This record gives sequence, C-alpha cells and structure tokens, in this order.
Amino acid sequence: MIEIKKLTKQADNKLILRGVDLSIKKGETVAILGPNGAGKSTLLKVLATLIKPTSGLIKINGLDLKKDHIEIKKLLGYLPHSSLLYDHYSPLENLVFFGNIYGVNNVEQKASKLVKEVGLSFFLNEPVKNFSRGMIQRIAIARAIIHDPEILLLDEPHTGLDQGAISILNNVILSMKEKGATTLMVTHDFKQAAEICDRIIIVKNGRIVDDFKIENRNLGFVSEKYGLQMEGVS
Amino acid sequence: MNLFRTALLLAKKDLYSELKTKQILTTQIIFAGLVIVVFSFAFDPANNTTKAVIPGVIWVIIVFAGILGLNRSFISEQRNDTMQGLLVAPMESSSIYLGKFLANFAMMLVVEIVSIPFLFLLFDFKFNGSLGYFVLVIFLGSFGFIAIGTFLAALAANSKSSEMLLPLLLFPITTPILIGVVQATKIILTNMEKLSSAIAWIQLVTAYDVIFFVVCFLLIDYVLEV
Amino acid sequence: MSMNLEREKAVLTGTQLSEVKSTNLSKILFGATVISMLISLYFIFIFAAEETTMHAAQKIFYFHVSSAWLAFMAFFVTFVFSILFLIKRKRIFDTYAYVSAEIGIVFTIIVLTTGPIWAKSAWNTWWVWEPRLITTLILFFIYIAYIMIRQMDGVWDKKARLSSVFGIIGFADVPIVFFAIRWWQTKFHPIVFGDGPSQQGGGIESSMLVALLVTITAFTILYAYLLNKGVSFENMKIKVDRYKEKLREELEK
Repeated sequence: MIEIKKLTKQADNKLILRGVDLSIKKGETVAILGPNGAGKSTLLKVLATLIKPTSGLIKINGLDLKKDHIEIKKLLGYLPHSSLLYDHYSPLENLVFFGNIYGVNNVEQKASKLVKEVGLSFFLNEPVKNFSRGMIQRIAIARAIIHDPEILLLDEPHTGLDQGAISILNNVILSMKEKGATTLMVTHDFKQAAEICDRIIIVKNGRIVDDFKIENRNLGFVSEKYGLQMEGVS
Repeated sequence: MNLFRTALLLAKKDLYSELKTKQILTTQIIFAGLVIVVFSFAFDPANNTTKAVIPGVIWVIIVFAGILGLNRSFISEQRNDTMQGLLVAPMESSSIYLGKFLANFAMMLVVEIVSIPFLFLLFDFKFNGSLGYFVLVIFLGSFGFIAIGTFLAALAANSKSSEMLLPLLLFPITTPILIGVVQATKIILTNMEKLSSAIAWIQLVTAYDVIFFVVCFLLIDYVLEV
Repeated sequence: MSMNLEREKAVLTGTQLSEVKSTNLSKILFGATVISMLISLYFIFIFAAEETTMHAAQKIFYFHVSSAWLAFMAFFVTFVFSILFLIKRKRIFDTYAYVSAEIGIVFTIIVLTTGPIWAKSAWNTWWVWEPRLITTLILFFIYIAYIMIRQMDGVWDKKARLSSVFGIIGFADVPIVFFAIRWWQTKFHPIVFGDGPSQQGGGIESSMLVALLVTITAFTILYAYLLNKGVSFENMKIKVDRYKEKLREELEK
C-alpha cells in the first residue's frame, strides 16, 4: 500500500528525515512513536503531500507521489493538530464543502450521518466557532473521513480529548479498519497505540530505529521497547 | 471539468462565508465611502476643476478597497490551517487560485456597484460618456488588478506581516493597469471624441490581463507549494 | 573520532581547492575592472568632445547610461536565474538571482540620482516624468519588493521559491510598464524633451559614442566582478551556517 524508500527531508541545513525506508501493507494500523523533534509529523506531512521530500521515493497504491498526486490525495484522509474547519460554518456546511471538493455522492446525507456518528447531531447547524476543543476534534475526525479514505493519516489524534471522544475516535479507526483502510498514527499516547494498533514504529533522529508487531494490546511490551531505544541516546 | 468545479465550490464557499459574516464587504464599502469623503475635503466638490480628478478618484477607491479584500482572502485560510485542508484535497493549486480570484472579483464588483454611483452623486458628476465603455473599462481594470492581486496575496500570505507586504508588491506591478484604466476612464467620462485612444488603452489593459492571468496560472503551483 | 577528523579534512581540502580557483577569478576580474575603469575615465574626460551647452555636467551622462544598462542587465540575470532555480532547485541559482538583484538596486539608485543632475543641466528641472526615468523608478520599487520577500522569515527554500516567482513576474512587467508609460506620455503631452543627445543634435558625436561604449564595457566587467564577489560572500555565509549546524549536532550527540 505505502512504499517509502530512502526518504530524506532537509530544511535549512538541518536534516529532519535521514533515509526512511518503510513499507506498510493494506489494512495495517501503524503507530509512529518517538521523542519530540524526531521527524514523526514531518513524515506524516510528506505522506499527506504537504511537504515535498528532498530526496527519496514514495509509492502509494503503486502510484508515484510526485506524478499522480491528485489520484493519491483522493485516497488520503489527513487529520493534523488543527481542525481544518471553517469557523463560521456549521459542522454540516463544513462537511458538505469538503465532501463536494472530494466529489462525494449524496454528500448531505453522508455528512449528517457522520455528524450523528460522532455524537453531535444536536449541533448540526451551529457554527463551529462556539464549539469546545473536544467537539471540534470530533468534527475534524468526521471531516477527515468524509470521502471514505483508504489511508488515514492522524497526527496525535488523542491529544486533548475526553474519554468519550477517545472511544468515538477509536471506534471510527476500528470501523475504518474493518472496511480495509490503512491507518498511520503519530502519537505520544502509548496506551491508545497499544489499544488499536497492530504495528509500532519508533522514530528517532529522522530514522526508523525499531519496527515491530504487537498482539493482545500489550502495553508493557511497547513501553519496554520504547525505553530500550531511548536509553541508548542519553 | 474538475478545475472549474472545485474553483466554483471554493468561490461559493468564500462568498457564502462572506454572506454570513459580512465582515470584508462592509469594511470595503465603508472604507470606499470614507475615501470619497476625504477626497471631498481635498478637492472642493463645488469647484468645476474637480471633475478632472474624478477618474483618478474612482481608481483610488477601487485599489484601496480592493487591497483590503485581497489581504483577507488568504489570511482567512490560516485560521485552523484550512489552507492545509485545501492543499491535501484532490485539486490543482491553480484551482485554489481560480476560486479565490472569482470570490475576490465578485466582491470587488459589488464594492464598485455601490461606491461609484455614490461618488458621482456626492460630487454631482453628470455622466455623459458611454456607459457601456465605462463598465467595460471598470470590468477589465478590476479583472487585472484582482488577478495579479490574488496571486500576490497568496505569495504575501507566507509572511507574518503580509498586510504591509502586499501593497508594496502589488502597486509597482500593477502600474500599467492603473495608467491604462485611469487614462481610458478619463477619456470616456470627459472627452468622448478621443474614443479611439481610449480603445487603445483598453487593448493595452486587456493584453496585460491576459498575460498576467496566464503567468499567474502557471506560477501559482510554486507559490502554494509547501 | 579519528574517522570523523579524517572526513572533516577531506571536506576542507575539497573546498580549499575551489576557493583558490574562485579567488583567482575574482582577482582577474578586479584587475580588469580597475583597468577598464581607468580607460573609460580617460575616454570620458579627455577623449570625448565636450558638449556645447552643458559642458562638464554632460560627462555624467556616461555614468548614467552605463548604470542604467548595468541595472537592466542585473535584473535580467535575476530573471534568468529565477527561472533556472524553479526548474533545477539548486541553491546556487538562487544566490546568483539574489546578488544580481541587489547589485541592480544599487545601480538603479545611481541612475535615479544621476538622472536628476543630468536633467537639471539639460532641461533645467530636477525631475522629468519621462518614460525611462519613471520605468526605472518603478523598477526600483519592484526590486525593493523583491528584497522584502527575501527578508521574510522561514526556511531558505521557501523564500527562494517565492522570490523567484516574484523575480519572474517583476521582470515580465518591465516592458509593459515602459510601454504604458511611454504611451501615456506621448499621447497626452507634446514631446518637449528629446530622449537624450541622440535626438537633440541629430545624433551623438562619434567620440562620445566611443566613450559611451567603453564605459558600458567597463561597467559590465564591474558587474561581473561584483556578482562574483557577492556570490562568494553569500556562499561563505551559507557555509558558516552549515558548520554551525554541524557543530550544534555534534554537541547534541
């Protein structure tokens, strides 16, 4: 599904990514862990076509990221820190606008269904600017999946969410997984990573230092592996 | 075609959002009104020679009110990083440019429709030129100004002080348009016998519009690239 | 550690070699500039005939025209390197574009100061709304804006990309600006002033023409020297930044 070869990114003499090789199969749920400034978000942004890599090759679904970016963008659902929502618009209007841009059929029905799924159907026509952080994040999740993406790119999706929102988010990810979607998730939350992911990648200093599969939501195993990698540094 | 479909969606989104908040349009129109009032202090409306400055005043209004709108058009996408949302969506960056251009152009036309009659009214200007040509000149001039303005607004939006940067970028580049339209407007409003040279000016402005619209279309990829 | 040292050495010798070459080039250019400037001074002040009405003040004409030529050439170079940068994305192209624009601005300022002096003695007024003068003024504003884009904060490739785009747009604008202004001036005002001596006296005197051509050549060499020097300065800056970054990384390890 996703093939990354020798990916590097340089910004102002500083190498952020120094040769990342990674291949992710369809249907995998992958968590990317690592300390601050390791290049996790950059990796995700490169995949989301928001940052041009300095060198390296990326193939998604067999399509080259440089040439077929329009086709690839249709497959991606991207959820960054910020909500990507228009303040003056209601959830419905936001979702309809983005759905239209992605060319979704029956966009209004689909949008209201999604708003219901994230538990905000009561606020369907309220402007987003009055919402709390948790509510906005829920709409942002709905926005990212309005076009049924095959690949979900999530940048610290659990930050600042309450328990209810976390379980909604996890349900969304799991139901997308059932549909065969691939998920890439940058996170600091080991518990959630162990909960929903079946593969963990640890990034340090712009390189992948560890890559393993986990089973049975083994949180201890993840922490142990992570600790092992980080001890080597200091 | 996909390019135009997404551009129209984007323009619709901007205009609808403007319809909800009425922030930019109101500011632009009030600003235009204030400029007219300031001009009435500077040039005595009762004086007959004032008629000569009317063509210039029209374009001063359009340019300054236009800058206000252009400044907002890309800055407004920085809230909640909605620009990223547009960039990850499956569309060409020229589509974003086209959409923003259409929205800005529509708002500019609204400002003109309101403020120019108001100007004529306050300065007691009797319109005896050709209305068709006048509208054509206003249309072509605004088209070029907004086309290059939208492009440079996208460029300036990368700066923290883009409100200050945009006029500095925009004014020198648009000199040919400003010279052309002011001359053409002057001829059409005051001296219809010289229509042929007004038409020559209109041709110059049209050529500028076409050249820069195409150039902006080709170069916008580099501006919006991240 | 010893491995590291060796690698550093290898890098340094490589750069030293190229530095020797570039200093040679800049020395040659410097010599050529000095010699050609002296020659052009001789031609301007001794060889060329003195203008009958303006006397010595007319001599500024040679510097004025040459500076204008140099500025236009510099902006053209910026335009070419901007296009090259957008295609190839090599930092060196951007450095050339930037340095050339800076040189262009300096000489535009010279044009804009010598212009009024010339105008005062030729037409008895400081500023004439004459097409070339206004075009130069607009050009000055365009490239000041170009420099302002370069002063933005952010990573270098973003600034380089945006300023390249503006460099292209700005230069494409120049002919249209000139055309529009000339048209504006001739359509609505009678031609009061000629476009310099060539139209005033029915042609420039041959000794003056020779002096002018010599000066233009001298200025072109001067431009090459300045460009070379400026680019090597910029490269040094970039290199220092790189070493700083390397040092910082070493410390972090």
